[in-house]
Amino acid sequence: MNYEVVIGLEIHVELDTVSKMFCGCSTKFFGEKPNTFTCPVCLGMPGSLPVANEKAIECTAKIGLALNSKIASFTKFDRKNYFYPDMPKDYQISQYDLPICEGGYVDIEMEGLALEGSGSRGYTRRVGITRVHLEEDTGKLTHIGESGRIGGADYSLVDFNRAGVPLVEIVTEPDIRTPDEAKIFVQKLKNIIEHLGVSDCDMEEGSFRCDANISLRPMGSKELGTKSEVKNMNSFRAIQRALVYEIERQRELLRADERVIQETRHWDAANNVTMSLRSKEEAHDYRYFPEPDLVPMELSGEWIEDLKNTLPELPDARKKRFVEAYGLSVYDAELLTSSKTMGDYFEECARAYNDAKKISNWIMGEFSMHLNATNLKIEESAVTPKHLVQLLRLIDKGQISGKMAKDVFKEMFESGKLPKIIVEERGLSQISDEDAIEKIVDMVLEENKKAVEEYGSGKDRALGFLVGQVMRLTKGSANPQLVNEILRKKLT
Amino acid sequence: MAISKKEVEHVALLARLSLSEGEKEKFSKQLSQILEHAGKIAELNTEGVEPTSHALPIKNVFREDEEKTCLSQKEALSNAPAKEDGMIKIPKIV
Repeated sequence: MNYEVVIGLEIHVELDTVSKMFCGCSTKFFGEKPNTFTCPVCLGMPGSLPVANEKAIECTAKIGLALNSKIASFTKFDRKNYFYPDMPKDYQISQYDLPICEGGYVDIEMEGLALEGSGSRGYTRRVGITRVHLEEDTGKLTHIGESGRIGGADYSLVDFNRAGVPLVEIVTEPDIRTPDEAKIFVQKLKNIIEHLGVSDCDMEEGSFRCDANISLRPMGSKELGTKSEVKNMNSFRAIQRALVYEIERQRELLRADERVIQETRHWDAANNVTMSLRSKEEAHDYRYFPEPDLVPMELSGEWIEDLKNTLPELPDARKKRFVEAYGLSVYDAELLTSSKTMGDYFEECARAYNDAKKISNWIMGEFSMHLNATNLKIEESAVTPKHLVQLLRLIDKGQISGKMAKDVFKEMFESGKLPKIIVEERGLSQISDEDAIEKIVDMVLEENKKAVEEYGSGKDRALGFLVGQVMRLTKGSANPQLVNEILRKKLT
Repeated sequence: MAISKKEVEHVALLARLSLSEGEKEKFSKQLSQILEHAGKIAELNTEGVEPTSHALPIKNVFREDEEKTCLSQKEALSNAPAKEDGMIKIPKIV
C-alpha cells in the first residue's frame, strides 16, 4: 500500500527581551553560572506574583502578524499543570484556549522539486499556522549517570536560569508532506523571525527549537494515522534526517501490519536514529485553568494596527525588492535573502559599490565556498563589506586579475587584512603596462616560432598556447585581455 | 455528580498522592459532595452574562522590559535540600 506522510511542526522561539516573561531577571545567562539569574518569582516562591512583560506580548503579536495570523482582541494566560522538576512551580504559565494569535499561513517555495504525482518542477506549499502563543521557558536539567540521559540516571541537577524566559510556541497545521518541505518551512520561519528582530534564533544555543508530529495514512484517506512526536532536532539537517528516518520506521511497521505507538521519540544525531524515550507512561492531563495571578489582556484594533506599521521588511518583500532594485535573478535574490545577516551584508556592499551582480557573484561563489568550508556564518567572517568592496575595486582598476583576487580573498578570509594591504605585502599587481607586456610577448614569439607558424596557417589553438606562455613567464600577473590583444596585433 | 473511585485514582496519580483503599472510598464521597455543592451555581440564571476567567475588573497590567537584580546563587539555593555544583540535586526522575 502507498502511504501519505502527514507532518505538523511545533516551533519554540525564545524571545530576545532584556528581562524574563514575568520578572525582572536578565535573560542573558548563556555561559553564566547556574542559578544566578533567578528571583522569588521565577523560583515560584510562595507569595511572589508574576507581572507580564509588555515587550514579549508585542513580540508575539508581531510574529503573528508576520505569519498572517489573526491577533486576539481578548487573550489570557493559563496554568499548565504537570509534575516535572524543570519548573519550580509544578506548573508552567502558558496559554490554552485564547492564544495571542490564531490562524495564518506561510507559503514555501519548493524550487526544482517535483510534487508527487504531478511531474512539475517546483511548487508552492501553503503551510497553515494553527496558533502562536506565549509561555515561559523551563529550567535546564542535567542527568547524572553513565548515559547522561534521563533513563538510567542516578540523579539529576536543576538550573533555573532559563526558567521564565519568554517562549513563543508556533504550531502548524498538519500540512507538510515531505522532510524537505519541513526543512524549508523551518528555514523560512527562522528567517522571518530574524527579520522581525524578536529572537536571535540560535538553534545550537536552543533559542529556536523544533519538534515534529509525524504520521502516515493510506493514500487518499482523510483520517489521520497514529503519530509519533520527534524531539531534539537542533539543526536544519537534523530535522530533515530525523523525518526521513521516522517516516521509514513507520512505513515498515505499517507494511508489517504492526501498530505505530503514540509516543515521544528522541533524535539521536550521532547514530542517525529516533529512539523511544521510554519514560514512564505519562498521563497527559494538564488540567489547564486561567492563571489567577495575571489579569486578562485586551489588545485594541488600534494597538494591533500601530504594531503592524512598525513591522520591518520581511524576507518575501526583500527578495522581490532585490530583484527589482538590483536587477538580480530570482534565484540569486532568494539565496541572498535566505538569512537576515546575508541580506544585510549584501546591502551594505551594494550601498558602497554599484555592480550588484558582481557583489552577488562573489558572495555566492568564493565567499560561500570559504564559509561552508570553515562552517562560519557570513557575520562571523573576518571579511567585512568594506573588504569585499575594496577587492572588487582593485579588480575593476585592473590592479589584480580575477584569479589573483581569489588568492587575495583567501588570505583576507583567513587573516582579516584589507585587500590593499595584502596586495602591497605580496607585491602583487597585475601587469597592465602595455610596454612591459609587449616585451614579454616579443620574447615568447621569438622562442616559439613553431606556434607562430601554426597560427599563421590558420590554427587558432596556437594563440591559446602563446597566451599561456606569456602568463607563465609573468606568473599569472599579466592582464590576460591585454596579452590577447597585443598577441593578435603582433601576429597579423 | 458522582466521582468514581477510578477518577479519584487518576486525580491522586496526577497529584502524586498515594491513597489507601479506605481513603479512595472516602474521597470519592467527599469530592462528589464538593462538586454537588459547587454545582449549585449552575442553578443561577446567567443569561446575558459574559463568561469570565477573572473576578477583578482590571486588564492589561504589564511591566516594562527592564532588568532587575537577581538573587545570588547562595540565596537561590538556600531552600534546596540537596545541591551540587551550584545546582539543585534531585532524585532520579524515571
